[in-house]
Amino acid sequence: MNYDTIIIGGGLAGLVAGITLQERGQRTAIITTGQGALHFSSGSLALLSRDADGNPIEKPLEHIDSLPASHPYSKVGAAKAGEHARAVKALFERAGLSMLGSEDSNHYYMTPVGLFKSTWLSTADSAVSPTPDGSGWGRTAIVGIKGFLDFYPGFIADNLAKNGLKCEVAALTTPELEHLRKNNTEMRAPGIAKIMHGEALERFAKAIVAAAPGAETVIIPAVVGLDGQKDIDALRRFTGKNVICLSTHPISVQGVRMQLALRRYYEKMGGTYLLGDNVTAGYMDGDRLKAIDTANLGHGSLTARNFILATGSFFSRGLVAEPDRIFEPVFGVDVVTEGDRSDWFKENIFEEQPFVRFGVATDNDFRVKKDGKTIGNLYAVGSILGGCNSLKEGSGAGVAAVTAMEVANRLADK
Amino acid sequence: MEYQVKNISANDFEQCIKCTICTVYCPVAAVNTAYPGPKQAGPDGERYRLKNPEFYNNALKYCLNCKRCEVSCPNNVRIGDIIQTARIRYDKSAPKLRDRMLASTDFMGKVATKMAPVVNLMLGFSPVKATMHGVLGIDRHRTFPRYTSTTFEKWMRTKAPSQAAFSKKVAYFHGCYVNYNYPQLGKDVVTVLNAVGYGVQLLEKERCCGVAKISNRLIDSAKEDAQLNIDSIRKAVKAGMEVVGASSTCIFTMRDEYPHLLGVDNADVRDDISLVSVFLYKLIDSGKVKLAFKPGFRCRVTYHTPCHMQKLGWGIYSSSLVRMIPGVEFEPIDSLCCGIAGTYGFKKENYPYSQAIGKELFDQIERARVDYVVTDCETCKWQIEMSTGATVINPVSLLAMAIDVEATKKLNGIK
Repeated sequence: MNYDTIIIGGGLAGLVAGITLQERGQRTAIITTGQGALHFSSGSLALLSRDADGNPIEKPLEHIDSLPASHPYSKVGAAKAGEHARAVKALFERAGLSMLGSEDSNHYYMTPVGLFKSTWLSTADSAVSPTPDGSGWGRTAIVGIKGFLDFYPGFIADNLAKNGLKCEVAALTTPELEHLRKNNTEMRAPGIAKIMHGEALERFAKAIVAAAPGAETVIIPAVVGLDGQKDIDALRRFTGKNVICLSTHPISVQGVRMQLALRRYYEKMGGTYLLGDNVTAGYMDGDRLKAIDTANLGHGSLTARNFILATGSFFSRGLVAEPDRIFEPVFGVDVVTEGDRSDWFKENIFEEQPFVRFGVATDNDFRVKKDGKTIGNLYAVGSILGGCNSLKEGSGAGVAAVTAMEVANRLADK
Repeated sequence: MEYQVKNISANDFEQCIKCTICTVYCPVAAVNTAYPGPKQAGPDGERYRLKNPEFYNNALKYCLNCKRCEVSCPNNVRIGDIIQTARIRYDKSAPKLRDRMLASTDFMGKVATKMAPVVNLMLGFSPVKATMHGVLGIDRHRTFPRYTSTTFEKWMRTKAPSQAAFSKKVAYFHGCYVNYNYPQLGKDVVTVLNAVGYGVQLLEKERCCGVAKISNRLIDSAKEDAQLNIDSIRKAVKAGMEVVGASSTCIFTMRDEYPHLLGVDNADVRDDISLVSVFLYKLIDSGKVKLAFKPGFRCRVTYHTPCHMQKLGWGIYSSSLVRMIPGVEFEPIDSLCCGIAGTYGFKKENYPYSQAIGKELFDQIERARVDYVVTDCETCKWQIEMSTGATVINPVSLLAMAIDVEATKKLNGIK
């Protein structure tokens, strides 16, 4: 099977690249080992949240010029990074995901423990606020679900109280929730969201009103809207309240929603999404990659003009660490590290960890290198790129989306 | 430095990070709270079972072995294999009479085809259905597929000389359903393969692939059948033939369940075992054969990806094959479990879950308003036909309908 572009990795970066190329008329395939890291998302995507000293950034694009040359944003350039960020928000909209926020100015969203973090885009049901204190929510209640282990109303209320926001705390249940509770250790947010439609959702809404009759804003765990925004809109309508959803720990409903919406849109645009497969070999023709094998499709079955490596960092196994080496497992391309093993990490886990900055070696066009030589048609996007500490500065999703958009635009013009 | 580099656990068990993505995509956990879900039933439970088999939880019987957990796992953990291996290893209860009957497709098929008209009539009678429901535990909503009086193997024997005359040949693993119930699919396979220049041979010996025996824990018998099938496949491969089947579950079982669950080594021939639709797609895609289509052929179809087809990763071949047919209007649907899982959905205690699992798929099929649902799995066919009223056919049967056989032969230089 021959494609214009084959993308390896089906998370945020792979999907943004795939959708953009399909929309621009290319024939593409995405090959992905399993479900992508978006499933672990908080529902909020950060572009550039904190400066080198850890202080929140208000206008992320204005900071790009001060980043080191190794940073993926520096390779894209501030002006283009801004354009791409805007294009990503519009792409999400076309995929059915209306996101709050803008690249011009960060906003704040509330984390699962009731703290506020600076961010770029948040799903429309997220607990967002222009300032880091939830002001503007009016009389607020935090409503948990009885027997649900992944949401901590008292803990959240304590943290909000430190910021001066006093909340009521309540808990509810419904017959449908009681049914799920029979399997209480597996009563997880996506499982609840699967049943939260129709009558179950109406009963949930009534229980919310009964638990917090006087509240204008109700904070609930994100257990509604796996397939999109419509069930959340319905919940707000049924309750007549500003219901906001706090992401629970992974797998998060907002993360699954983003993944499903982007994948469906990619396939609607004609893309081929090969889930549960692994690239096992690549074949070069001079300095170009010409074909790949996969575990399922066998030998020499996939060819393309261009390839994009969007396999993620250590967590998604785009990079693999062994005691004496760090390598890229698909093609064995060059990886930029620092020093030897003792320099890779700091004993104190809360210190800035050097290994987070590691990634594959690329030229300024994001083409990867193997044995020091650039592979002419193999590009890397997303968190497999090193050169920045995305955890510290809050840029993981932004780097994924912006670099994917940059490379997709280049390839679409070819 | 001395360290253990490679993962040495069976089924990549220790690669599990307990992220629970598998549980999100488990069709059973979504409808049945008695099932703990793949993470808990698989790698999580395995930690305890390794310490003490007493931790084995009988709720693992609710796993329908769809492998969608494995497809969704970002770390390639063979979660389904862990669960099925645990059932085989730790569930010491004797399989029920009903389970033995459902699993013994060859035995039942041989008996039933001898008296097909009587058996078909009996299986349709409501008192018989009520007895099977009440006494045996086979759900009364199910209709058994009709048995044929002339098995496919018998029909093929009459075709042996003409098939032997082809210079290129493939070995066809027909499976129980084609042999005892639905020889027409086998005939379609012969028609299409002949049209593109391949003679069709049966294996020297063929028994059920074993999927029904595996899921009903008749493991010794399944191993015996598996060994016999692999021995026959080996002979066919030695004779220069690829081995193809038209049922994705049979093919998946022989490629992957034999080594993973039964310990039957197939490494030397695994890559030679394929699906007819994959075999055809590759021939066409590489330009080795051409198809001529009937000029007026028109229909609207969708492709349903059976769970084992999803695990094989081959849905792209079948859907691409279908889309190659001029006159086909293709309406895509999501890859979702239909809920039947072979003999699983025939059991009274599973029937409601089976239907609840399939509901989303049935709704999507009804919304698609197609002439045919195309799929590579026969039990999916029964389930979808019973639950939606749609007509379900194999991609090869759609091709047999769509091609002009004589013109195709001419295109490929066959007399």
